[in-house]
Amino acid sequence: MSSHEILIGLAGVLFAAAPVVFATIGETLTERSGIINLSVNGTILLAAMASFAVSVSTHSLWLGFLMGMAIGALVALTVAFSSIALKQSQVAVGFVLTLMTRDLSYFLGNPYMGLRGPRVQSLPIPVLGQIPIIGPLFFRQDPLTYLSFILIGAAWWWVFRTRPGLTLQAVGERPEAAYARGAPVHRLRYLYAAVGGALVGLAGPTYSLSVKAGWKGTISGLDGIGWIALALTIFGGWDPIRGAAGAYLFALLQWLGLVLQPYMPNIPSQVLQVAPFPLMILTLLLVNIGNAEWVDRTLAGLPPDARRWVRRILRWMQVVPPASLGVPFEEE
Amino acid sequence: MKIELRHIHKHFGPVHANDDITLTIPSGSIFGLLGENGAGKSTLMKILSGYFHPDAGEIRVNGSPVVLHSPADAIRFGIGMLHQDPMDFPPMRVIDNFMVGYPEGLTLPRAAARAALESISARFGFTLDPDAFVGSLTVGERQQLEIARLLWLGAQVLIFDEPTTGISAQQKEKLFAALRRLAEAGKTVIFVTHKLEEVQILCDQVAVLRAGKVVGQTRAPYDLDALVRMMFGKAVSKGQRTSAPLGDVVLQIKRLAVEDIRLRIAGVNLEVREGEVIGLAGMEGSGQRHLLRACAGLVRPVEGEIWVDGENLTGKGYHEFMRRGVAYVPAARLEEGLVPTLTLMEHVILADEQRGLVIDRQTALEKTRDRIATFNIRGRPNLPVESLSGGNQQRALLALLRPGLRLILMEHPTRGLDMESAIWVWETLKRRCREERTAIFFMSSDLEEILHYSDRILVFFSGQVSEPIPAEGTTTEQLGQLIGGRGFPSGKEVQP
Ligand SMILES: Nc1ncnc2c1ncn2[C@@H]1O[C@H](COP(=O)(O)OP(=O)(O)OP(=O)(O)O)[C@@H](O)[C@H]1O
Ligand SMILES: [Mg+2]
Repeated sequence: MSSHEILIGLAGVLFAAAPVVFATIGETLTERSGIINLSVNGTILLAAMASFAVSVSTHSLWLGFLMGMAIGALVALTVAFSSIALKQSQVAVGFVLTLMTRDLSYFLGNPYMGLRGPRVQSLPIPVLGQIPIIGPLFFRQDPLTYLSFILIGAAWWWVFRTRPGLTLQAVGERPEAAYARGAPVHRLRYLYAAVGGALVGLAGPTYSLSVKAGWKGTISGLDGIGWIALALTIFGGWDPIRGAAGAYLFALLQWLGLVLQPYMPNIPSQVLQVAPFPLMILTLLLVNIGNAEWVDRTLAGLPPDARRWVRRILRWMQVVPPASLGVPFEEE
Repeated sequence: MKIELRHIHKHFGPVHANDDITLTIPSGSIFGLLGENGAGKSTLMKILSGYFHPDAGEIRVNGSPVVLHSPADAIRFGIGMLHQDPMDFPPMRVIDNFMVGYPEGLTLPRAAARAALESISARFGFTLDPDAFVGSLTVGERQQLEIARLLWLGAQVLIFDEPTTGISAQQKEKLFAALRRLAEAGKTVIFVTHKLEEVQILCDQVAVLRAGKVVGQTRAPYDLDALVRMMFGKAVSKGQRTSAPLGDVVLQIKRLAVEDIRLRIAGVNLEVREGEVIGLAGMEGSGQRHLLRACAGLVRPVEGEIWVDGENLTGKGYHEFMRRGVAYVPAARLEEGLVPTLTLMEHVILADEQRGLVIDRQTALEKTRDRIATFNIRGRPNLPVESLSGGNQQRALLALLRPGLRLILMEHPTRGLDMESAIWVWETLKRRCREERTAIFFMSSDLEEILHYSDRILVFFSGQVSEPIPAEGTTTEQLGQLIGGRGFPSGKEVQP
C-alpha cells in the first residue's frame, strides 16, 4: 500500500468515525447528568431511516438532519420522563425503547429500501486543505466530519471548563448535594437528556445521508453501532476527548479489518469484520479492572516495586462513573 | 439578618418531625439548637435552607415573610447550610468543589475562586490545598471547605448541622473561633448539636427540641442538668468504668504491615482476648482504619499474619473472617454499612442467615419489630434506612449484628449519637463482652470515649503504631499528647 493510499484510508477513518463520535459524546453528556439512555442503538437506526425518508420526500438535507435529531431528543426525553416523573427504571425503559425503535425503523423503512436520495457533499477547505498530510486528513472532509471535530473540543470545554459544565458534573455525581447548592436537578436532567439524545440522533442521518448513504433495512450495517457508542462512553471515562479517541480506535480497527483481509487469506473475512467488537470489550475490561477487589488482593502479593508500578498504571487507565448514574433523585 | 420561624409543621408519614415550631433567631450571635437524635433538628434546618418544604408555617427574614421553593431561593436570601453529612463531591478537586453552585457567568471564575479560598482560609486559619481531591480530605477539612464556600457566596445566615461530628480537637477549636468571628461580624449563626459542652462554651442562647417540639429556651449561663432534663425528659449519666473478665486469645496479629497509596502501617504485634475492648486512638487517617480493615479481611496485608481463634486467616477474604465470627461496622453508615433505598426489614432479612429461596415475610416482619423494640429504633419496618435520623441509623446497624460474635471491629461506634444513645450503645456492646465473651476493637476520635470504654489503647500517629497502653490511669491530656505525636520517633515512616 502506498503512503497516499494510507493517507486516504486514514481520512476515511476520521470520516467514518464521525457518527460514532456524535453518539458517544451525546451519551456522555446525558450520562454525566445521571441519566443512562440505553436506547442509543435503536435510536440511531430509527433516526437514520426517518431522516433518509424525509430527505427523499422533501429533497431537503436540512429537514432530514432535523428529523434525526428530533427523534433522538424525543426518545431520550422519554427515558428521562419515565425515570423522573414516573419513577420507572431507566435501564428497563431504555432497553425496551432500543428494541422498539429498531423494529420500527425496519418496518416503517420498507417503502424507502434501496431508493436513491440526496447526500452530503464533501467540502474541502481552501487553503488549509493544501497543507501536506494534515490537509487531506482533516480539511478535505464533509461538513459533518468538521462538526464532529469541533464537537469534541466544544463538549470537553463545556464539561470541564464552564460553570454550567461543572454543575452538570455535580448533578451526575451527587444530585442531592447539587440541589442543596441551588441546581435545578430535574430541569438539568431533562435538558441534557434532550441535548445528548439529539446528538445520538444526529448519528443516524450522518450514516444515511453521508457515511453509508441510503437505507437498506436490516443490511444497512448500522445495527450494533449504538452498543459500541455506549461502551465507548464508559471507555472514555465520561470524558468527550477520551470517548472520541475510542471512536477513532474503533473505526481504525474496522478499516484495518478491511485492508488486511487480502493479506490474510486463511482467516475468514467475518472474523476480521467482527474483531473490533471483542477488542472493544477487552479495552473496557482494562479500564475497569482497577476497580475490582480481587485485583487489589492479587497486587498485595507482588513485590513492592512491581506493586507500585502496576497500581500506577491501573490508576491512570481507571475510569470512575458519575456516582449517581441511573439513580433516581427526588426533589422535595 | 433576623430569622423568624412561625408555627412550622412537617410530617414524614406518621412521624411529626416538626410540631408547631416557633423560634426567633437574632443576628450577631450564636444560636444553639439542642436536641436528642431524631428530635427534628435537621428537618427544621433543612426547611430553613429551602431543602424541605414545611407542611404549614411561615419563615420571615428581617420581618417579611418569604417562601423558599428550593435551596436556590434560600441562597438568594443569603441563607446557607452546612449539612450534617458533608454535601460535597468527593471525586472532585477542592477548587472545583468550591465553585459548584456559584451563581453566575459562563466560564469558571477560577482565579477569583482561588484568591477567595486563599484569603478566607488565611482569615480563619484553615489549611486547604485547592488541588487536592475532596475525597482525600478529613471530615474537618471538608467542613472548612464548605464554610469557606458559604462565606464566598456571601451567606448572611449560616446554619451548622452538627459540625463537630468526626473532627479533631484542634479542628474543633479552629471551627469555634471561626463561628465566633462570624457572629461578631454580624452574621446570624445557628449551631445544631446534641452535645452540652459545646452549647456551654459557644452559644449565646439555646433552644431545646424534643420529639419535634420546642421544649425550652434559655440564655447563657446554662444549668446543664436542666438542659439534660429538657433534652431527654429525664436525667442521664455515663456510669462507672467497667471491664469484662478476660478469656482466651481471640485475635493475634504478628508483624503486620498494611498499605495503600497514601499510607503504610508496619510492624504491628497484638493479642486480643475474649471480653477485651481495645481502643484505637489517633487523628483521622493515621492508619487506624487500615488495621481494622485488615483484621476484617477487607484488605490483604502486605506482610505479617492474622490469626483468629488459633487459625491463620492471613490473606483470606471478608467472608472467611465473617464465618469465624468477625464482624465489621464501618463509619460511613450509608455508604458501606447500610443499603440506601432498602427498608429496615429488608436489612434484617439480608443480615440473617440465608436459608431457603423464598422470603418468609411474616417471620421477617416479626423479627424486625422485635429488633426495633430491643434496640429502641425510632422507625418502622418498611421505612427506607436513609430516612432514619443519624442516631437511629447507628442503632439499626448495631441491631444487624448477629449474636455470638467473636470479634467486633467498629469505626466510630457512637459518632453522631446523643448522650443517651451513646451510653445505650456501649451498654449493649459491653453486655456482649460479658455474656458472649466477644472482643471489641474500635476506633474513635472521641478521647473520652476511648478512655472510658476500652481496656487497652493503641495510639496511631501518621502510620506509626504504639505499644498497647492500659486505659486505666491514663488521662485525656496524656492521650491527647500521644495522638499529637509525642513519644513517636520523628521522621516519616518506620520500616521494619
Ligand atoms: N426524608 C425522611 N423521610 C422520612 N422520615 C424522615 C426523613 N427525614 C427525617 N425523618 C424522620 O424525622 C424525624 C426527625 O429527624 P431529624 O433528622 O430531623 O432528626 P435530628 O434531630 O436531626 O437527629 P440527629 O441528631 O440524629 O441528626 C426522625 O424520626 C426521622 O426518622
Ligand atoms: Mg440531624
